[in-house]
Amino acid sequence: MTYVRPKFRHPELKKNKLGYTLSYYEGALSTLCAGCGHDSISAGIVQACYDLDIEPHKVAKLSGIGCSSKTPAYFLSNSHGFNSVHGRMPSVATGANLANRELKYIGISGDGDTASIGMGQFVHVIRRNLNMLYIVMNNGCYGLTKGQDSATADEGSKNKTGHVNLFQSIDLASLAIELGATFVAQSFSGDKKQLVPLIKAAMKHQGFAFINVISPCVTFNNNVGSTKSYDYVREHVEATGTVDFVPAMKEITADYAEGNTEHVVLHDGSMIELHKLAQGWDPHNRISAMNAVHHAKSKGEILTGLLYMEHESKDLHDMLGTTGKALNTLGKDVLCPGSAKLKELNASLR
Amino acid sequence: MKPTDIQNPEYFHKVVDCQYACPAHTPVPEYIRLIAEGKYTEAYMINWDSNVFPGVLGRTCDRPCEPACRRGRIEEEPVAICRLKRVAADNKGNVKQHMPQGPFAPNGKKIALIGAGPASLTVARDLAPLGYEIHLYDEQKKGGGFMRSQIPSFRLPERVLDEEVNYITDMGIHTHYNQYVSSLKEILAMNYDAVFVGSGAPQGRDLPKLEGRQEGDANIHIGINWLASVAFEHTSKIGKKVIVLGGGNTAMDCCRTSRRLGGDDVKVIVRSPFADMKASPWEKEDAMHEDIPIIDNHVPKSFVIKNGKLAGMMFEKVEAVYDDNGKRKLVPTGEPDAFYEADDVLVAIGQENSFPWIERDLGIEFDKWDMPVVDPITYCSTNKKVFFGGDAAFGPKNVITAVAHGHQAAISIHLSCEGLSMMDRPAPHVNLVSQKMGIHEWSYDSMVADDERYIVPQADKKITLSNRMQEVELGFDPLTGFKEAQRCLNCDVQTVFTENKCIECDACMDVCPTSCITFTVNEEEDALRAHTKVPAHNMEQDLYVSDILPTKRVMVKDENVCLHCGLCAERCPTSAWDMKKFFYNVTKAVNACQQETAL
Repeated sequence: MTYVRPKFRHPELKKNKLGYTLSYYEGALSTLCAGCGHDSISAGIVQACYDLDIEPHKVAKLSGIGCSSKTPAYFLSNSHGFNSVHGRMPSVATGANLANRELKYIGISGDGDTASIGMGQFVHVIRRNLNMLYIVMNNGCYGLTKGQDSATADEGSKNKTGHVNLFQSIDLASLAIELGATFVAQSFSGDKKQLVPLIKAAMKHQGFAFINVISPCVTFNNNVGSTKSYDYVREHVEATGTVDFVPAMKEITADYAEGNTEHVVLHDGSMIELHKLAQGWDPHNRISAMNAVHHAKSKGEILTGLLYMEHESKDLHDMLGTTGKALNTLGKDVLCPGSAKLKELNASLR
Repeated sequence: MKPTDIQNPEYFHKVVDCQYACPAHTPVPEYIRLIAEGKYTEAYMINWDSNVFPGVLGRTCDRPCEPACRRGRIEEEPVAICRLKRVAADNKGNVKQHMPQGPFAPNGKKIALIGAGPASLTVARDLAPLGYEIHLYDEQKKGGGFMRSQIPSFRLPERVLDEEVNYITDMGIHTHYNQYVSSLKEILAMNYDAVFVGSGAPQGRDLPKLEGRQEGDANIHIGINWLASVAFEHTSKIGKKVIVLGGGNTAMDCCRTSRRLGGDDVKVIVRSPFADMKASPWEKEDAMHEDIPIIDNHVPKSFVIKNGKLAGMMFEKVEAVYDDNGKRKLVPTGEPDAFYEADDVLVAIGQENSFPWIERDLGIEFDKWDMPVVDPITYCSTNKKVFFGGDAAFGPKNVITAVAHGHQAAISIHLSCEGLSMMDRPAPHVNLVSQKMGIHEWSYDSMVADDERYIVPQADKKITLSNRMQEVELGFDPLTGFKEAQRCLNCDVQTVFTENKCIECDACMDVCPTSCITFTVNEEEDALRAHTKVPAHNMEQDLYVSDILPTKRVMVKDENVCLHCGLCAERCPTSAWDMKKFFYNVTKAVNACQQETAL
């Protein structure tokens, strides 16, 4: 029985700039079903953090409840983590982020945790443009309770028992664009080539970055008739374009046809190199992005890739004008200036 | 790349590095698992079938398997395969009942074996059960050949050798000991159906032209002859100061034997640098452990004689210089020559073949090095009735190579006696069986143990140096043997991939601890090796490539550092990966028309 991952790794594993190999970013061995799309997304996060030379102790991973929300145990063992209440991950993330803006926040949620019980929290965290990466591992069913249809199950999609979903689905990516999210992307767990650069770009985005990742439930929703199965998604996937993440200071050498390639400079000098495939789509125009998603949907396609991103995004700290430092680095006298200061404040309000 | 042909048994055979490296292709992981289960008798029999002398080899084998062991590429040290073999031999039960039981119905054919070393004994073991009348000739009083005369008893107790030689001679072999064969012509005149020459490489090299060689003769000995004379108890002491010339395993045996026969100040002096010495690293260690310094880069210049007696040796100091092709030259350093005192000198600088007893008009062709022309597959000489094997065939090698030759020569002899073509070699016996018993259940211990290689305990130096018969290594006790056995990665449990079941979920690629699996677009091998998750630099290890998958990619597995932990198969939702035990056994003459020994 192999419940334990052997400690040996490939002796020639390369080290990143920090001197860590990929294995330093791994988590515990997954207890999800074999073949679960979520595990691929976890592997994508591991790869992205390794590639970005992120120090694991500068990352906090947060989640709610569900199969997806178990995954923070399976990546970044050396990072901070908080497994919160069902659908309440955004609140915890908001609190943590306000207290310590110096960490990178990765929120992991599922379609149930976001589109049902956590919908209220989800829409408000978008409104506030909290600086975090919010990933929904979207499998269209409640896998942890044996595969009932979730709110993102498409109308007419058939589940494993043969039951056909009668209700309209909530399209989380459209919703995020509509509500003003400043970075919205959609991807598929079975396509790491697309997913990893998207995660990297999202982690570098200053503000709320949302990635809806279709992640087949291999046990309850991978059957014929399901619109979230490996086969269906592969057949119906349509990409807006390809995204390459270019670290700061690196020369751009890729050779693409003029006019289709765009470089989006991020706040730290790194860049996203975008090769557009979709016609008439402008990723910086909310209406254009919305149109592209709906247009693909009307053709029965699943549009993936970067959908929308805002160049100059002001995150929650910018809007509130909070201190530039993590609260735990401030001295006691700064955090608690004393009764004289309080009197002064009160007096100014009289 | 083209999809890997896993129907060809040689593909998976190569994955089992230890077995592939073993000249006799002993199914190593199979017997190591049996040792872990405490089934020592069964483990012994797996060995006995392949290498005929498990007890001997478990102590003295050159272990080509160990440098090949996959574990050595993953951590520091390979599995102690050789010493595990000894655990099976030391703890076995009644093995004789599992061996072919005579008397065997005669088949009317008569065979002579010249020399009773490992090659001839292997031929005897393989052919006796088929009804051959076998005549074994040797000049010594007992069988075993160099295993008896060259390997000192502190490494190989006589009882171990006797036992394994007797298993064979007890099969009704006609032994003609104490009988030196001085003419092959005479043997051939005795109307044998085939003659097998397993007479070894019996001539030790000398330094005949070195100054003082003649004058000092009384105290200058040829290493292998001296070891034989110790083994047969003609020699029981040596001077206090001894120089051993040479850097091979015979030199190590000479110096260590000298320490036991009165040599207080024993030195090994070798021409080459220490690292280039031919001796196995562990034999060098054992010698140094017995307070024997190894002085390298010293070329013998002369034997120094004082008052008509050997007083020591003069050496020129050199250094090794390597040219662009890696060819070594020993260049004098210009330092003054070094003198070392010695009462006795043992010359162990190599050994050679010698066939003064083979007449050159028997249709056996000899090449320009005066070696018989022997077919490397059939081991047949240019005289279709005369076969060669062991050191006699292609020069000095080792016991396990001699055994491997013996198996193949026995097949040739049998085919030839049956009037069949010797080139029709029997296919190996292979089997590939799934080990899956449940979602997380495998019928082998797939958990990879982290333990470092265990050290074999040795007897106290005070005792071993005072008694030539005291074995130095004590062998693993059963518990340590179990722990060491658990270090084996079970490389014979193969990862087998079925394309049409794969849904390309990437689970195997993500979970593989050693990053062996990559899904990528197909390319030529060089490009593919560069594009695997970790570039596949080890060209000796194959890539396992699938056919094209629905996304137009292929699965590529670099076999190099696969732990055979089964995680890929466990995380595969569709059983596209399976762990299948691959059993590969070289067919022996004895198996050809007899059922395998049922265990």
